[in-house]
Amino acid sequence: MPVQIKRHLIILVIMIGLFLVLRHFLVPESYGDLGHYRANSLQDNEKFEIIHAGKESCNDCHEDMAELKAMDLHSGLSCETCHGPGLAHMNNTDSVDMILPDGRAFCGLCHEKNAARRTDAVIQVELKVHNPDKNCTYCHNPHAPWELRNQDLPEENF
Amino acid sequence: MGTKESRSSRREFLKSVSAVTGLTVASLVASPFNAVLIASEPKGETGPWYGYGIDIEKCIGCGRCANACKAENNVPDKSFFFRTWIEQYTIGNDGSIQIESPNGGMDGFKQKLPDEDIFKSFFVPKMCNHCHKSPCVQVCPVGATYDSPEGIVLVDDAYCIGCRYCVQSCPYGCRYIHPEKKVVDKCSLCYHRIKKGMNPACIDVCPTGSRIFGDLRDKDGELVEFLRTHNCQVLKPHLNTGSKLYYNALSAEVR
Repeated sequence: MPVQIKRHLIILVIMIGLFLVLRHFLVPESYGDLGHYRANSLQDNEKFEIIHAGKESCNDCHEDMAELKAMDLHSGLSCETCHGPGLAHMNNTDSVDMILPDGRAFCGLCHEKNAARRTDAVIQVELKVHNPDKNCTYCHNPHAPWELRNQDLPEENF
Repeated sequence: MGTKESRSSRREFLKSVSAVTGLTVASLVASPFNAVLIASEPKGETGPWYGYGIDIEKCIGCGRCANACKAENNVPDKSFFFRTWIEQYTIGNDGSIQIESPNGGMDGFKQKLPDEDIFKSFFVPKMCNHCHKSPCVQVCPVGATYDSPEGIVLVDDAYCIGCRYCVQSCPYGCRYIHPEKKVVDKCSLCYHRIKKGMNPACIDVCPTGSRIFGDLRDKDGELVEFLRTHNCQVLKPHLNTGSKLYYNALSAEVR
């Protein structure tokens, strides 16, 4: 074998060896186990903190509210839809409070009249016309919206 | 001489035409175009393969999904970082199309046109389509975004170099660079929740049940039932992304 081929072969072997050594240090653990990614990243993604408690979680402590809610139109709603994330409150009932939404604008997020809202999906009112100076909760119980109270408002405001 | 030349070029022409025709026919036979909606699931695997359904007829644009998503997934509280958001389409009688999404729909929507000028209006919740043939996965130079065995497109925070390639490649605009983590962030279908048997946060808080999450392999499941009983579409089907986000009552105006 000519000497220059021999030299080139040696260089080639060194290069391949160098590549393998570098590859060993640069490719992270578990890379390629399941595809072109770190399989361990699946576990990393699982580790994020849970914030919302889930639909049925509140019913154990707030049985009365759950029963009331189940009777009326808001029965399909999760508590966290209006009251915000609840796991922190569940784990720490004394120090962490839930959000108590207030004001017409919050109810209006769902119930303000809008051409894009189908009338069979949600009951809508014109916030400007429907008793504009009263809070929604003056008449409606948010947990049971048709359990009306204080029905003393003028007819033309509906 | 002239006749000879034209004869030989005619022969060449016929040859090339028949070659092209033959190849076209052969390629059609080899892989016939398959116009099914449901992305073809990977073969030889078991376990759940998740998809997502959105019923536009039921969406009332309350924005609680976007709100819950931000809380659950530590999404920055600025009006241009979203994992899911809602758009309101308003198509006027004059043919104009207005699309708006004030703060992702979290603070509510105000109807812009009076009723009599509106041809139709509807809300479209948007989020990652969890494509089976995702452009974002294909362009990632380091393998930091990938299609998990459950069919969820996830991001490897520790390995992402923040090059923004995937942000540009996503045809649905569902990715952003997290300003604190300096890596890309996107909908993970609440992977940390569903692995523990819970629903994604957006599913739980949706008041009208317009969002449906489920296993596409479970043929008796809620999502497959939704696909069977509704006329569903995916966004930008011509891009062949293998999207697994199915919309009921999707209008052609939606991009």
